[in-house]
Amino acid sequence: MTNYETHEHDVLVVGAGGAGLRAAIEASAQGMNVGLVSKSLLGKAHTVMAEGGVAAALGNVDPEDNWEVHFQDTMNGGKMMNNWRMAQLHAQEAPDRVRELQEWGAVFDRTKKGDILQRAFGGHKYKRLCHVGDRTGLEMIRTLQDQGVHRGFAVYMECAITKLIKDGDKVSGAFGYYREDGRYVLFKAKAIVLATGGVGKAFTVTSNSWEYTADGQGLAYDAGAELIDMEFVQFHPTGMVWPPGVRGILVTEGVRGEGGILTNSEGKRFMRDYLPEGTKDLFSADDEESKRWVEAAIAGLKTADRRPPELSTRDNVARAIYNEVKQGRGSPHGGVFLDISYQDPARVRKKLPSMYHQFKDLADVDITAGPMEVGPTMHYIMGGIRVDADTQMTQVPGLFAAGECSGGMHGANRLGGNSLSDLIVFGRLAGLGAAEYVKKLSVSPACANDQIEAAIQEMEEPFKKAENADAKNPYEVHKHLNQIMSTYVGIYRNEDDLKVGIQKLQELKKEVSKVATKGSKAYNPGWHMCRDLKNMMIASEAIALSALSRKESRGAHSREDFEKTDAELGKFNTAISKDGDSMKLEKTALPEMPADLKKLFVKKETANA
Amino acid sequence: MPEANLKVFRGEKDTGTFENYRVPIEEGMVVLDAIHYVQQNIDPSLSVRWNCKAAKCGSCSAEVNGKPQLLCKSRMDKFEPGEEITVQPIKTFPHIKDLVTDVSWNYEVNKKIVPFTPKPDANWVIYQEDIERVQEFRKCIECFLCQDVCHVLRDHNRKDGFYGPRFMVRLAGLQMHPVDGANRLKMVKEDAGIGFCNITKCCTEVCPEDIHITDNAIIPLKERVVDEFYDPIAKFFKSVFKVT
Repeated sequence: MTNYETHEHDVLVVGAGGAGLRAAIEASAQGMNVGLVSKSLLGKAHTVMAEGGVAAALGNVDPEDNWEVHFQDTMNGGKMMNNWRMAQLHAQEAPDRVRELQEWGAVFDRTKKGDILQRAFGGHKYKRLCHVGDRTGLEMIRTLQDQGVHRGFAVYMECAITKLIKDGDKVSGAFGYYREDGRYVLFKAKAIVLATGGVGKAFTVTSNSWEYTADGQGLAYDAGAELIDMEFVQFHPTGMVWPPGVRGILVTEGVRGEGGILTNSEGKRFMRDYLPEGTKDLFSADDEESKRWVEAAIAGLKTADRRPPELSTRDNVARAIYNEVKQGRGSPHGGVFLDISYQDPARVRKKLPSMYHQFKDLADVDITAGPMEVGPTMHYIMGGIRVDADTQMTQVPGLFAAGECSGGMHGANRLGGNSLSDLIVFGRLAGLGAAEYVKKLSVSPACANDQIEAAIQEMEEPFKKAENADAKNPYEVHKHLNQIMSTYVGIYRNEDDLKVGIQKLQELKKEVSKVATKGSKAYNPGWHMCRDLKNMMIASEAIALSALSRKESRGAHSREDFEKTDAELGKFNTAISKDGDSMKLEKTALPEMPADLKKLFVKKETANA
Repeated sequence: MPEANLKVFRGEKDTGTFENYRVPIEEGMVVLDAIHYVQQNIDPSLSVRWNCKAAKCGSCSAEVNGKPQLLCKSRMDKFEPGEEITVQPIKTFPHIKDLVTDVSWNYEVNKKIVPFTPKPDANWVIYQEDIERVQEFRKCIECFLCQDVCHVLRDHNRKDGFYGPRFMVRLAGLQMHPVDGANRLKMVKEDAGIGFCNITKCCTEVCPEDIHITDNAIIPLKERVVDEFYDPIAKFFKSVFKVT
């Protein structure tokens, strides 16, 4: 029998970004013996790439702001598909979580009065995003990391989880390996929190990092949990488009929040033409009003002027840019122009330092002197593992999920800034939920040998297949998957494309079963990719099937053959679960919002700013 | 299509050789793209640590033609056509495989540093001008390139006596935070060994975040240590009035 190392914890957290770190801190604070598993080095998780800010209704800049408005904006942005209770908890608790970060050493930019500064973002009625220039994610992860290392939990760096172990219906452990030398490890745990992030690496053009390979979605699905709302994939409107090597890298929404203007090749400022009916009165009537709004924002003054149309929600701006390019009005490299160079160069460098360096170093573009070229890039998945809103427990007892890998909070479209707040609000609740669960558990669940042995065999397979005549290079299969998802399950969808895409994914499964790798187990990225592919395949199939089943356009899900939003379809989530060897899709009823909260939406139920 | 001539260190635990690879060049390509090309098309077992490929995570530190840098920021078009591009792991830390090194020592050092400790009567009204210098230090992405070039760590291997520039930056960020109430100067002087630094500024030169490590972090910390421990007048007053 193959050797493996064993560790035992009350709570095991898988993933060490914002949500995972916050969950580990909370579970430790509840007296739990906690282990934190990180696929990368600590502090390198995808959270570090978040730029524009963390949304919390502190009301430091716009005193009218409060949790109810944040809740309304979030629900409207999500086209009412959000789990109302999650959206409520998020809006209510985000301010405390942000203040807590400050008390743990985060150094946010300040208002003139010395409070945490907040900036405007798409879909947020008020200036709500607490930020540090355009490196808010770095500030957040470093703060949590530096707190975390003093909380007494064990950290397992560069360790990948490949299988969840169960005892009956309950989760009882996780199996994986250390990347450094490939040695296997079993974590016995009474509760497990998945905080593994998103699925971006299933697409060709994405702002997501190496880590976003649907690990949590895949592990949870295999363990019997449901994935909901997987059709809702967010394409961020502004990714870099040139040069080819940087295509997809994020250009923060903060550029537009600070007054950035979108124009096409004809020099036309086009966003006003794409504002949905019913939201136009929320935006400036003309460029003059936009200009006054920006000037007031820079001066830190209150104004009755309305915000520029560039601050529409992400789904809407992404579609607008896609259409401009498609209709032949794109920039030389297939994007549109985003310009902030009309502002004082020193201010641009101060407020958007990463953007300044990113364009200067990687694209030879000086954003203080001319426009950037930008286009949509796959950025985020709203859907994910179904959880209980208050405890973050999945349908598998003892298995919890938080952050991007969970579903429900953001509905059909996430507002910028709501992701970082999601991480700390639900990371904490997941840590708390897991601790409460463990405290009530009377018997420790066991990890059966046959499951461990099966997990080992699965990981040994790619080496055994290396000499097979039909062995596949995992990177080639990955590229193939990227092409399928980007071609058939992209920003605009229709039934024919989706059916072809699903068929091609079925064919690709055969290739995935043949992937092989050579060399030793020590830090072997090819071996790692062989396992990552399986998770990406589960998420990709779930996305495609869900997208085919939703015969309407809503939020980030745009169907060319069903252009309208269908109120009746808005009452159901799409739920994916494992049914033997095949994927089962069901329509399940959306939890109904209580009457007192419904009152907040009487006027404009479908308004989306 | 023009091709680059890549020479990459391959091997485990310091034993290995340089292997040559021909990689087609695309416009705007960086060295990390070239490494990925090798991984995807020639040898999937080639090890490199990377995450974001956008110079935000600080994972892909290596030495390119002898110069420590982030592979994701190292543009291919700065090399002459046909020039041999040598890529090897950072030298200061134990080698694991190919371009990957064991940087865990840094994480152990970080644990020793007293974390942010707000004063008991902390006032959270903080003005921008009071945190500008702290914000500069907090730009650090922990790529450990400064640790890699620091002579004390690289040439003299004094990891037992010196925390290195990265942690001088961290200590400075904590000491200069307007709300922090802990005193880490004894640590700066003794455990962190600030006296080892002889201000050659190599760390500042390689910092991808342009942090003025020596001028803004290390020198002010040295001054504070001098004030605290070596100022004869202050020492006299302290001894007379028992001020601590």
